[in-house]
Amino acid sequence: MDFKLKVDASGLSCPLPILRATQGIKTLQSGELMEVVATDPGSVKDFAAWASSTGNALVEQDSANGKFRFVLRRK
Amino acid sequence: MDETVSIVLFSGTDDKLMSAATLAAGAAALGKPVKIFLQYWGLRAFRADGITGDHGLAPEAGPAGRAAVDAAAKAGQASWVETLRAAKELGEVDIQACSASMDILKLKQSDLDPLVDGVEGVAAFYINAGEGQIVFI
Repeated sequence: MDFKLKVDASGLSCPLPILRATQGIKTLQSGELMEVVATDPGSVKDFAAWASSTGNALVEQDSANGKFRFVLRRK
Repeated sequence: MDETVSIVLFSGTDDKLMSAATLAAGAAALGKPVKIFLQYWGLRAFRADGITGDHGLAPEAGPAGRAAVDAAAKAGQASWVETLRAAKELGEVDIQACSASMDILKLKQSDLDPLVDGVEGVAAFYINAGEGQIVFI
């Protein structure tokens, strides 16, 4: 996948990962992709809620070694 | 989702200020307009000459709570001031001082940190809150 932006929110606690994502997505054009990596376990539910609320799509997510990765497409 | 979330921030200890900042930032990230109405000790915490100082913790924190909060700060957790500033940069977050509390504490708007957008009374607060949720901290 071709990410326009990668946001490293590792080590940040709630609500900073979704704040960084909000900041980041504003710099994208509609349809462009952003990858966010976080270590806060709460971010799994938060990014699902954030995507459904803002209308940006959560197109992929996975986790490994305590890292949670989200791919979001700007609406 | 764009219903306004209104937070009445009465308490002035760092833990409760952080709680309010977290709720405000989360709502702003979801695209909800946020209003924060500052009363009493919540207002006093926004004095320009002391906003970044130590405002203590709620009594139930105790020594173990104090140690936990200090450890989080040392590990780099953003302060409530930084969290609120980030929320204001991203979204629509309006912070108003309660005019009655300003009188009681003998404060002028020039005594407050620029994070505070203005001074209003309780009627204006309710009108702006509309049908949205009101949270009291």
